[in-house]
Amino acid sequence: MEDFKVINDYLMIRLPEEIDHHGSAAISSKADRYILSGRVENVVFDFERTTFMDSSGIGIILGRYRKVACFGGKVYAVNADSRIRRILLMSGLERIVEIMDTKKKCGEVEQ
Amino acid sequence: MIGIVEKRELGEVTNEVRLEIAAVSDNESFARMAVAAFITPLNPTLEELSDVKTAVSEAVTNAVIHGYENRGDRSDKILLTCILRGDVLEVEISDRGVGMEDVDAAMTPLYTTRPDMDRSGMGFAFMEAFMDDLEVRSEPGCGTSVKMCKKIGVNPWIGSED
Repeated sequence: MEDFKVINDYLMIRLPEEIDHHGSAAISSKADRYILSGRVENVVFDFERTTFMDSSGIGIILGRYRKVACFGGKVYAVNADSRIRRILLMSGLERIVEIMDTKKKCGEVEQ
Repeated sequence: MIGIVEKRELGEVTNEVRLEIAAVSDNESFARMAVAAFITPLNPTLEELSDVKTAVSEAVTNAVIHGYENRGDRSDKILLTCILRGDVLEVEISDRGVGMEDVDAAMTPLYTTRPDMDRSGMGFAFMEAFMDDLEVRSEPGCGTSVKMCKKIGVNPWIGSED
């Protein structure tokens, strides 16, 4: 359901329409396989399709952040709509995750 | 973040739905969609719909993961009760799971007993922030009940926050 793609040392994760506990373990474990393989240093969560997220999404992001941060990696959130953004901000994630508006900006970081 | 809600007399019940659902993670999305459908006649804003769905999702997920310890047994049941009193939604989610010793600790933001499962500890904080009123009762060995209220159709101010 969710798409995983590696661009340089960035793991791009295209998140599903709804993010809850039900599907979160699968996303986390798949992301961890990429991270632990050593091919990626940074993680980009793309919320373009996402219309619903509960605190399980915060858990996914925090968990991946802990894994990449110890190797100096960064975590980004892109294309989050106002409701998703509110949930990210309420959890204080802006302190550890760069929340960006568009894919274009995200591309600038990649080059 | 939490709005001050005027204390008011409880209105008359105008609608009521009771659902018993198996405590499996597949039903998390069913539960929040059912509650969303229940309040549709009140013409909720997208913001309000999203708030209610998130709060319900948190409570049901808590019952599945913590109340019933994530065992995914379909004989474990969650009771979902939705009541409308005019434009006020009252939703109660209760389980007969393990319950909690210390409700206050559980309600502290970032507190979680399951960091191993990537739980963020934000569940109760979200319920509190997205609903007008939250009441949690729990008894070790007996179960947990979460009751939340929210007035629907009057919240343009929420969107202008942050």
